Amino acid sequence: MVSGTLSVESLLDKMLSELKTLLIHRQIDAPLIIGIRTGGIWIAERLHTELALESPIGTLDISFYRDDFSQIGLHPKVQASHIPFATEGRDIVLVDDVIMSGRTIRAALNELFDYGRPSSVTLVTLLDLQRRQLPIQADVYGSTLSLGPNQQVKLTGPNPLELEISQKD
Amino acid sequence: MFEITDPNNIQLNSEGQLKHFITTEGLSRELLTEIIDTADSFVDMNAQQVKKVPLLRGKTVVNLFFESSTRTLSTFELAAKRLSADVLNLNISTSSTSKGETLKDTLQTLEAMHSDMFVVRHSDSGAAHFIAEHVTPNVAVINAGDGRHAHPTQAMLDMLTIKRHKGDFSPLVVTIIGDILHSRVARSQIHALRTLGAAEIRVVAPNTLLPRNIEALGVKVFTSMESGLKDADVVIMLRLQKERMKSALLPSESEFYKLFGLTNEKLQHAKPDAVVMHPGPINRGVEIESAVADGPQSLILDQVTNGIAVRMAVMSMSMSGQMTEKNLKTEA
Repeated sequence: MVSGTLSVESLLDKMLSELKTLLIHRQIDAPLIIGIRTGGIWIAERLHTELALESPIGTLDISFYRDDFSQIGLHPKVQASHIPFATEGRDIVLVDDVIMSGRTIRAALNELFDYGRPSSVTLVTLLDLQRRQLPIQADVYGSTLSLGPNQQVKLTGPNPLELEISQKD
Repeated sequence: MFEITDPNNIQLNSEGQLKHFITTEGLSRELLTEIIDTADSFVDMNAQQVKKVPLLRGKTVVNLFFESSTRTLSTFELAAKRLSADVLNLNISTSSTSKGETLKDTLQTLEAMHSDMFVVRHSDSGAAHFIAEHVTPNVAVINAGDGRHAHPTQAMLDMLTIKRHKGDFSPLVVTIIGDILHSRVARSQIHALRTLGAAEIRVVAPNTLLPRNIEALGVKVFTSMESGLKDADVVIMLRLQKERMKSALLPSESEFYKLFGLTNEKLQHAKPDAVVMHPGPINRGVEIESAVADGPQSLILDQVTNGIAVRMAVMSMSMSGQMTEKNLKTEA
């Protein structure tokens, strides 16, 4: 079990290297990067810069697609998703900060497919908390992390990007 | 007319969340702000290429219109469809009531179809409240206008429009002009503006179109456009409700326009950056001059756009409130 603050720079280097290798292996030379609000967008911006892509970054806010709407209601101040390119037949790199249950990614995929049918979706996350409830796995991740039952992790940023691990109230 | 008891007893669930939306009266500033903020999110979503989200997928919304209104019905229908609900539009005045069915019979029939939400428009004050009291649990009721009582979604779309153009409510002088007597919109606007903390709310109308004791709602009353418009930030024109007038309350439409119609000349008394609103449909040359309705200060079309977003917000919030209450009862 860990606690405190972690730097994400070394994790980003590892993710970038693995993502480049994977894109070459999958023969993807012009991916479109989409980040999931909020932390995923910060990570996506870093990858976008490092990969020197010409296409703009897309952003997804999956609030309207959550499957726990009936339990937690709708969070006011949802920001609209912004996909400034056609996704039909394109190769998408979908980026989030943390994958835990897999439900956020399921919601993101549902929303993404409302914009069209991409050729492929590659999933990149900074951390894998390994508490999956759905059969969804990241293709590239920075690290796995085992949290105690009362611990939570939060990405702060965008400059610097840091992971804060704390006890829940 | 139906009896109206404390609206909050019926509008809110045990967690204080919205489960019916009958009136803006008595709702907290936090809840009205939540409606505005949620609607703001839907405004952005409605501008996207894909305008549909799955929040109410599998739910059935019945638009129960005992009084016809193409514009309001259209925006409620579109709002429900953009939330992925199945929608049934019923014009009751020409169907069941003419066959002798009572309101309760009609509700029971619709409930047997497993409806999840009734959007109710009725010419009698208190009708939506009555229906909310008599529907089975887990059915949300949204008031789409009842008699002279309330039109809360229209008021909230006006609040959203003001918020998007003026930001904070606290410094604003808001002037509401026209047929205050018959206007459910004005009543709902006044309650919402007071709760949201507008600095000053004014009403301007001929004496024959002012309700008794309107001052008790916390407004300043004017019978002259010049003084009522002076330094106003927001000017809200109302439609003349000729269909609700039981006797001749006006000498003529042209006389009304001369004294209370909004022209560019009269608008000069308001602040230079004042915005002009009207719930529609507008009577050009009766309530408002075309040059103003189509002019740079007019937000009339923004109101229509924002109307869909507000109805989406209220529908999703009330359905969420219904489901939360159901879950709480299941757990108890």
